[in-house]
Amino acid sequence: MLERKTVDHVARLARLELSDAEKDKMAVELSQILDHIEAIRQLDLEGVEPTSHVVDIVNALRADVPHASLSRAVALASAPDPTDSGFGVPSPGASAE
Amino acid sequence: MSADALDLTAAAAAAAVKAGELDPGELHELYRGRAAADQLNAFSWVAPEAAADDFNRDAPLAGVPLGVKDLFCTEGVPTQSGSKILEGYRPPYTATVVEKLFEAGATLLGKTNQDEFAMGSSNENCAFGPVLNPWDSTRVPGGSSGGSAAAVAGGLVPWALGTDTGGSIRQPAAFCGIVGLKPTYGSCSRYGMIAFASSLDQAGPLTRDVTDSALLFSHMVGQDVNDSTSLAFPEQIRLPTARDLSGIRIGVPEELLGAEGGIDPGVRESFEATLELARKLGATVMPCRLPHAPHALSAYYIIAPAEASANLARFDGVRYGLRVDGDGDLTSMYSRTRAAGFGPEVKRRIMLGTYALSSGYYDAYYGTAQRVRTKIADDFKTAFADVDFIVTPTAPSTAFELGAKSADPLAMYLNDFCTVPMSLAGIPAISIPSGLSEGLPVGFQLAGPAFSENRLLEAAFALESAIGFDGSAARSGGEK
Repeated sequence: MLERKTVDHVARLARLELSDAEKDKMAVELSQILDHIEAIRQLDLEGVEPTSHVVDIVNALRADVPHASLSRAVALASAPDPTDSGFGVPSPGASAE
Repeated sequence: MSADALDLTAAAAAAAVKAGELDPGELHELYRGRAAADQLNAFSWVAPEAAADDFNRDAPLAGVPLGVKDLFCTEGVPTQSGSKILEGYRPPYTATVVEKLFEAGATLLGKTNQDEFAMGSSNENCAFGPVLNPWDSTRVPGGSSGGSAAAVAGGLVPWALGTDTGGSIRQPAAFCGIVGLKPTYGSCSRYGMIAFASSLDQAGPLTRDVTDSALLFSHMVGQDVNDSTSLAFPEQIRLPTARDLSGIRIGVPEELLGAEGGIDPGVRESFEATLELARKLGATVMPCRLPHAPHALSAYYIIAPAEASANLARFDGVRYGLRVDGDGDLTSMYSRTRAAGFGPEVKRRIMLGTYALSSGYYDAYYGTAQRVRTKIADDFKTAFADVDFIVTPTAPSTAFELGAKSADPLAMYLNDFCTVPMSLAGIPAISIPSGLSEGLPVGFQLAGPAFSENRLLEAAFALESAIGFDGSAARSGGEK
């Protein structure tokens, strides 16, 4: 069973505010899933290369040709707090962390 | 027209338009009317009435209407990936695959509902409510492309786009009695698809039959400068014509049909009957081995959430969608926005993925899962030395009742037991309806080596003709 402080830590890393009830439920559910997953840790995988991607492509680069990008107005159109200079956010300096 | 046009497959409708026998505007209005009156909650958005010059009669797809899963960005059209966190979002550009289909003459009929960020196997994790199965409205359509599958099966749209990360095209196709193709990873551009798990996500068609699947897919493939993981498909996609399976070797992997998969008796019966048909068509059916396939689900439920936890970091209340104020600082704004915007399944997977990638656990979980992925891909390579295709039931059961598995995440994940191995290996797989079990469709999955789509579609076509599945009951049921 995942400890409560582990759930707290992971939620903080994920920038996800969870209620106490959600954290309790999360500890139980994640533990069940991790128990199921545990079986693969018993496999002999010595010397096996990890696969991060199935496609056999290395360093795919497009031609370095300038092209138009989104205009400022279009890029900011969906922003909750657009400002003259960009995306408005609360002050990071005020953060507790 | 009207009632008759509804019976046409998309390929037949396109041919009728080109022959001057069908007006694309009338076809669009027929489906628009049905989509607007949708009782299945299949659509999140339906197009307004189109103008006559919106239809390109001479293009290959001749103005035939298309349903597009919500997670494909469509310029100026609401796109939320089934999530509250993208409330009000209208993208400034269109996904490459959708753009290519527009260029080929498809017209957008609507955006279809899905599990939030494509995470789910039942379409119950959707900000716009669950989608219902057109065969039985007390049951789920499968997920995550459930809206696309229900809309096609219910006759609300001729065909639709979905995406498949671990089974999200194939399983809903199976539950709704239609054809779903998950292509080789890299064959279709992912540009403009709101990402779930980038090393697994692939776009693919959901269609009434195999010919429609080949036709839609033929206009989706291709390398894209905006997706560095996309590849040029090595050959033209052809419309299938095969009448038999002579000389074809079909492998049945015992590991996916054993007790762990929990295959229902009715599903197994339909599967066995389809194998018998394959033999009659000239195929050799033989056992094959995929020793690591039973571990695919575990590897998948580390890799996919890990990638998702990184991809979904972008939803933070800054550039688009929902923002919930915090205590005046940035971090609490992030945390509250994400708490309010994401549903329970998405939160669960973000937590799982963040845990698996966190310091001290990274190699034990993520590293191990990536090594298992290598073994799974190797198993397929070994098996394909002896067989042309590997077949399984698409899902262990037929469509289950709404709510039946929503309290038990693990039981829900087991739906993907037979579809996840192919996703991890990046190989193509197609689900076709093999019959009914207690009135509900059963899916039969065929998988082949990377870029074997033409052969896969040929085999699926020959089987489809022999099975003779009739999906018309779901279309008349969808008529309200």
